[in-house]
Amino acid sequence: MEKIKNLNKFTRTNIRAYGLIILAFIVLFPLQSTGIISNSISGQLVPICTYIVMAISLNLTVGFLGELSLGHAGFMSVGAFTGVITAICLQEVIPSAALRLLIAIIAGGIAAGVAGFLIGIPVLRLRGDYLAIVTLAFGEIIKNIINCLYVGVDSNGLHMSMTNAEALGMINGKLIINGPQGAVGITKIASFTAGILLILFALFIILNLVNSKSGRAVTAIRDNRIAAESVGISVTRYKLTAFIISAVLAGMAGALYAMNFSTIAAKKFDFNTSILILVFVVLGGMGNIVGSIVATALLYILPELLREYADYRMLIYAIVLILVMLLTNSEKAKQMRERFVYKWKKRLRKNNDQQEGLKNG
Amino acid sequence: MTFISNLINGISLGSVYAIIALGYTMVYGIAKMLNFAHGDVIMVGAYISFCVTTYLGFSPFVSVVISMIVCTILGIVIERLAYKPLRKASSLAVLITAIGVSYFLQNAALLIWGSAPKTFTSIVPFGSIALFNGQLIITAESIVTVLACILIMIALTLFTRKSKMGKGMRAVSEDKAAAELMGINVNVSISVTFAIGSALAAIAGVLLCSAYPVLIPTTGSMPGIKAFTAAVFGGIGSIPGAMLGGVLLGIIEIFSKSYISTNLSDAIVFAVLIIVLLIKPTGLLGKKITEKV
Amino acid sequence: MDRMVPVPSNAIVPERDLGRPPILETHHLGIDFGGLTAVDELSLTVGRTEIAGLIGPNGAGKTTVFNLLTNVYQPTRGAIMLDGKSTAKKTTAQVNRMGIARTFQNIRLFSNMSVLDNVKVGLHNSIHQNLAASVTHLFGYKKSEKKSREEALELLSFFHMEDLANKRAGSLPYGAQRRLEIVRALATHPGIILLDEPAAGMNPSETAELMENIRKIRDTFQIAVMLIEHDMNLVMNICEGICVLDHGKVIAKGTPEEIKSNPVVIEAYLGKKKGADEECSE
Repeated sequence: MEKIKNLNKFTRTNIRAYGLIILAFIVLFPLQSTGIISNSISGQLVPICTYIVMAISLNLTVGFLGELSLGHAGFMSVGAFTGVITAICLQEVIPSAALRLLIAIIAGGIAAGVAGFLIGIPVLRLRGDYLAIVTLAFGEIIKNIINCLYVGVDSNGLHMSMTNAEALGMINGKLIINGPQGAVGITKIASFTAGILLILFALFIILNLVNSKSGRAVTAIRDNRIAAESVGISVTRYKLTAFIISAVLAGMAGALYAMNFSTIAAKKFDFNTSILILVFVVLGGMGNIVGSIVATALLYILPELLREYADYRMLIYAIVLILVMLLTNSEKAKQMRERFVYKWKKRLRKNNDQQEGLKNG
Repeated sequence: MTFISNLINGISLGSVYAIIALGYTMVYGIAKMLNFAHGDVIMVGAYISFCVTTYLGFSPFVSVVISMIVCTILGIVIERLAYKPLRKASSLAVLITAIGVSYFLQNAALLIWGSAPKTFTSIVPFGSIALFNGQLIITAESIVTVLACILIMIALTLFTRKSKMGKGMRAVSEDKAAAELMGINVNVSISVTFAIGSALAAIAGVLLCSAYPVLIPTTGSMPGIKAFTAAVFGGIGSIPGAMLGGVLLGIIEIFSKSYISTNLSDAIVFAVLIIVLLIKPTGLLGKKITEKV
Repeated sequence: MDRMVPVPSNAIVPERDLGRPPILETHHLGIDFGGLTAVDELSLTVGRTEIAGLIGPNGAGKTTVFNLLTNVYQPTRGAIMLDGKSTAKKTTAQVNRMGIARTFQNIRLFSNMSVLDNVKVGLHNSIHQNLAASVTHLFGYKKSEKKSREEALELLSFFHMEDLANKRAGSLPYGAQRRLEIVRALATHPGIILLDEPAAGMNPSETAELMENIRKIRDTFQIAVMLIEHDMNLVMNICEGICVLDHGKVIAKGTPEEIKSNPVVIEAYLGKKKGADEECSE
C-alpha cells in the first residue's frame, strides 16, 4: 500500500485500471469457459466489455475535453455496421475468425473515425449545449440513414440501396443490411477474450494520451479555453483529435458488439444508448477512467440483478440513478459528507493518539 | 392542393412542437438546464386526459383541465425534489438527474398503464372541414392546435412582459443573484416556470394524441427530442424562438415526408438543424454569446 | 541613431533598444463594438527590452488593447506588427507562437491540473512530441517528457515555486497563482509578455517583490514587458515608457517623469484624486 502511494498518479491509475481488467479476466474466463456462470450472464460479458470501451472513450470527450456528447452511440453504430459488412465480405477469403474479427474491428474504428472527423470539423465550433444538441442530431441521423439502408454482396461486389432489398439487383447475392431489420446473418465471432483485449487497447490509448503533450492540451482546453489559446494551443486541432480518437474507439466497440449477435438493428444504437453511456461516465466520475469501468460494470449488471423484481427493475434503476446524483452532487449532501469525514478523521486521530499513548506508557 | 394541405399539416404538427418547445425554452432560460423529462410530462398529460375521459367519463374539456392541473403539480414536485437540490451542481449532473426522472416517469407509466398501446380519442368533437370540393381537407384537430398555439403564445408574451411575476422570471433568467437582491423570490420564479411549462406539456400531450392517437409510455420521447431541437433551432431561451423553431420544424418534417422520403424525414430535420446551427451558432433568434476575457 | 522601422514621432523607446527594430508596433489601431468605439487611433511602439506601462482610469479600454494585441478580438481598424510581421487574420494561438504571451486580469489557470502541468502546457509548442508518441508513449516520448519537465522546473524555480510543482494549480494561494500565470506565459518563449494588473490584490511587500521579478524577467530573458496596472508606485518605478488611455484614446505618452507632470493626464486620471501627485513621486 505504501509503495503504491509513493508512485506517481499516472502509474497508480495505470496499475488500477489494467489490474482491474486483467483480474476480471482471470476470474471470469475460467468460470465462463467451464460454464459455471449462467448462460444469461455469460452472454452479457461481451456487451459489458464493449460498453466499458464506450464509456472510456466517451470519458475522453466528456471528462477530459469537457464537451457534452449525446450521440456517442452514433459512432458505435457506424462501427458496428461497417464491421459487419467487412466480416461478411471476408468470410470466404479469411477463414480465421480471430483475424476476421480483428479486421472488422479495425474497419469499424476507421469508419467511425471518418464520421467523427466529418461531424467534428463543423460541430466543434459550437459550444456547450449547442454542441450537445448537434451530437444528438448526428446520432439520430445515423440511426435514420442505416434504418433505410440495404446492403448486399454477390460475385460482383458490394451493392447498396436506400429504397429496398430488390433495388440492390443482386444475383444469388447475400443480403447484409436489410433496412429497418438491420444486419442479418452475422456469424458470431466476438469473444470475451477479444472484449478484454479491446478494453486493454482502449485503456492503453487513453491513459497514455492523457499523460502526454496532446492530452495536456486537451485538458487545458477544458479547464480554460481562452488561456489555452493564449499559450499557443490550437483549440480546433486538439478538440478534433480527442473527438476522433473517441469516435474510433467507439467504432471498434461497435464492431465487436455487433459480432456478438446474429442480427443487429440500427435502433439498438439510439439516443437512449448514448444517454446510457453518458450515465456510466458521469456516475463513474468525469475524467476518472477506473470509475468509468466500475460504473459501467455495476450499472450494466444492476438491471440483471433486479431481474426478479421484473416490472419494477427499471423503476428502481431510475430511482437509484436520481438518488445517486442527488447524494453526490447536492449542496446539502456535500456538507453532510464533509462533516462526517471531519468527525471520522477526528475520531481516527483520537484513537491513534490513544494508541501512541499506550505504546509510550 | 397537396402543397397547401401539407403546409397546414406542417403548421399543425409544428404548433405542437412549439408548445412543447416553450416548456424547454422557459426552463432553460430560467434554470439553465436541459429538462429531458419534459417529453415524459407530455406523455403523463396525455394518459391523464385519456383516463379522465375513458374511465371517469368526463367531457374532453374537463379532462384537459384536470390533466393540466396534474402535470403542473408533477412539474413542481419534480423541480423541488430532483432539480432544486442540484441548483449549484454542474449542468451535467442536472442533466443526468433529468434523464433519471425521464426513466422514472416512463417506467411508472409502464407499471400503471401497461405497455399495450391505448387508443386516444380526439378531444376535438368536430369533424374535418372539406374545401374546394373535398380537394383540401383540414382536420378540426389542426385548427384547434394552431389556435391553441397562437393563444398560448400571446398569453405567454403578455405574461412575461406585463405581469409582475413574468418580469420577475425574466429578471431571474438574466441574473439570478441580482434578481434575488432586488427582492425577487428565485425559488418561486423557478417553480412557476416549471408549473407553466408542465401545464403546456399537458396541453401538448392532449393535442399530440388527438392527432396521432397511439398512446404508449414512450409517446413523449421523440416529440420531446424534436421539440427540444426546435427550441435550440429557434434559439434556446427565447420564447418567440421556440415558437418559430417549432413551426418550422413541423413544416420541414411534413414536407420532407411527402416530397423526399418518409423514412428519412427525421434525418432531414436534424440535418437542417445542424446546418442552421453552423450558420447561426445560437439558433435563429438566440442571443449572441459574448465571452468576457 | 537610425530607426530600422518607422516609428511614430512621439514613441518612446529606451535608448538601448533604439538600434533594433521594435518588438511590437501598432498603427492606428481601433475596434468598435456595435456602435461603440472601445479603442481608437492607438499607435504604440515597444522596444525589444522595454518595460512599458499602459495606464488609464477604469473602463478606458486597457484590457481591450491586450485582447486586440493577442487577437482575442479582431481589430476593426489599423495594424499590429509583432517583430516586424503583421498579425492580421491570425488566431490567438498563432499570435502566441509569433511571440506574444499574456496573463489575465481575472486569473485563468488550468486549475484542475498540477502546477507543473500548467507550465508544461505553456511549453506546448517547444515540446517535440507527435500524436503517435503521445498515444503510445514510444517514439521519443520519454526524452521529450523529461526535457519538458526539466525546463518547466527551471522556469518554476525562477519564482521559487519548484516545491509547489505537484500541487493542484487551483489550490495555490492568490499570489502564487498570479506568479504561475506569469511562468506559464514565459514558458511559451515570447518576445513580449503582457501582464494584466499583475499587482492586483497584492500587499506592498508582495508588490515590491513583483517589481523585482518583472525587472528580473526582462534582464534574464531579454524580452519586453508591457503591463496594465493601477498601482502608480509600481508603474512609475519600473516602466520606461508609459501610455495613458482614456475613453479608448491615447491622451499621453512619455517617460514616467513626463506623464507625472502632464496636465492632461492629471486632469483625466490623477487629478481626480487629491494628493495623487505624492503617490506618484514616491
